[in-house]
Amino acid sequence: MAISRAEVEHIARLARLGLSEEEMEALTEQLGRILAHMEVLRQVDTRDVPPTYHVLPLQNVLRTDTVQESLSQEAALRNAPQAEAGAFKVPKITEG
Amino acid sequence: MSREYEIVVGLEVHVELATKSKIFCGCSTAFGAEPNTQTCPVCLGMPGTLPVLNQQALEYAIRAGLALNCTINKYSKFDRKQYFYPDLPKGYQISQHDLPLCEHGYVEIDTPEGPRRIGIRRIHLEEDAGKNIHAGDNIASAQASYIDLNRCGVPLIEIVTEPDIRSPEEARAFLEKLRSILIYAGVSEAKLQEGQMRADVNVSVRPKGSTALGTRTELKNLGSFRSVVRAIEYEARRQWEALQRGEEIVQETRAFDEERGITLSLRSKEEAHDYRYFPEPDLPPIVLTDAEIERIRAQLPELPDARKRRYMEAYGLSAYDAGVIVRDKAVADFFEAAVAAYGKGAEGAKTVANWVINELARILNEKNAELAQTPLTPDHLVGMLKLVDAGTISGKIAKDVFAEMVETGKSAEEIVKEKGLVQLTDEAALAEIALQVIEANPKAVEDWKKGKATAAQFLVGQMMKATRGRANPQLANKVIRAKLAEVTGVTNE
Repeated sequence: MAISRAEVEHIARLARLGLSEEEMEALTEQLGRILAHMEVLRQVDTRDVPPTYHVLPLQNVLRTDTVQESLSQEAALRNAPQAEAGAFKVPKITEG
Repeated sequence: MSREYEIVVGLEVHVELATKSKIFCGCSTAFGAEPNTQTCPVCLGMPGTLPVLNQQALEYAIRAGLALNCTINKYSKFDRKQYFYPDLPKGYQISQHDLPLCEHGYVEIDTPEGPRRIGIRRIHLEEDAGKNIHAGDNIASAQASYIDLNRCGVPLIEIVTEPDIRSPEEARAFLEKLRSILIYAGVSEAKLQEGQMRADVNVSVRPKGSTALGTRTELKNLGSFRSVVRAIEYEARRQWEALQRGEEIVQETRAFDEERGITLSLRSKEEAHDYRYFPEPDLPPIVLTDAEIERIRAQLPELPDARKRRYMEAYGLSAYDAGVIVRDKAVADFFEAAVAAYGKGAEGAKTVANWVINELARILNEKNAELAQTPLTPDHLVGMLKLVDAGTISGKIAKDVFAEMVETGKSAEEIVKEKGLVQLTDEAALAEIALQVIEANPKAVEDWKKGKATAAQFLVGQMMKATRGRANPQLANKVIRAKLAEVTGVTNE
């Protein structure tokens, strides 16, 4: 199953990836090959196999509800490209 | 097309759980801290960190599901919901997609046509995002945005209803009932002013009688029940008018402009809702046994409907009165404590209920306040009732005393003493006042002579006025009649 160029562009946009023409082409081809391999896997009869939601043999890993010390405001903002008045400053949020 | 239309509404309600720490890390969930002082590498979305589920958040979510008549799924898991927004540092929200914790519940609401069940499709656990502070008045005109991540990672349940709601009033009734149940269940304080309960509203319209669903729009992040009502009213009308003009409704997210009372297109749904969910690899699944679910069910506190029935059965309250009292858990707790302290059984309960439903509700409504914001305690009310019972104050004065107690937190005794409100039960003193009143109102006395018994009532009123309400009404009535008979030689019954 091939993936269309438009679909790759759509996914790239959703992931905020700015891809060059060459990258776009290469990724379309590579993603197509991955999907083709999925077609191979699909031939396995899985009717009696429960779906795998998690690969580790773990469940119910929980912590108790206790408050632990947080980072200081200064430490929290240290990596921010811009900060002001104790907050992360970001460009105006636009929608759509 | 028919001129009559029907509104179809479904709600997605986000409610903050009352845990001390966040859902996947140990940062505090306390409200009102300095911005970005309750964060850590996990909730900041730093690479290489591992989320671990808060056991209490899980238990609260199960409890909420049980309180809302849901089935608890024995196997559920977390998923990543991917979208970019500055208040979500990881670039995805940890939520539950296809295997939510709870499903198939309902809430019963009272409508003018009788009780109605609003279906709950699902309840899932997820993390809250941070808070955006926009410089400028609204999101469209802001020049920069500021992000506070203290709220990021606070545990939420998202409660998704079926599209069963048919009017703005039903939406409000549902939200009020839901809030009440969650507070009774102890899973959330659901403080609206702190944004602990927020609703997204899906609205569509259709011609009356039709069963097909129309195209819906989604109104995001409404923080008050009043906004929900206004937004639905506006949006339904807008959609119906557009349909009447032959236009199509675009499925989209719209914002409700509180000030102007209108909704505005925000973003087209297709692109924005391509979330590419996939199972969260950092969190193992949740597997529950029947025994664990039953343990939590057994610990479920008494919920509002059960308490309402109990008040009706134990105290003989009417369905309406019991309903008014249980609506707010703090008020119901107050009522019960006062009834116990007053100690006069069902009779006393009715007296307490009257004060709670009439005076207390009226004052809170006038002040637009909650009971907890006033200094009033059950002991205040009981102390005042005992003064009434002892004849120390009249029922009329009691109302003033009650209002004063709500205002100042002083005891009834203190207020009565300070303001000299003790009821006049001294017959000689009242006789004195009766004489003054008779002299000052010759016309009433003439009426009395002509056989008009109501003249006495008028004169009792004058006595109450002269004593600023302190005269014992029964005694004043007796005394004035005696004095009138004495002065005029006429007796009227």
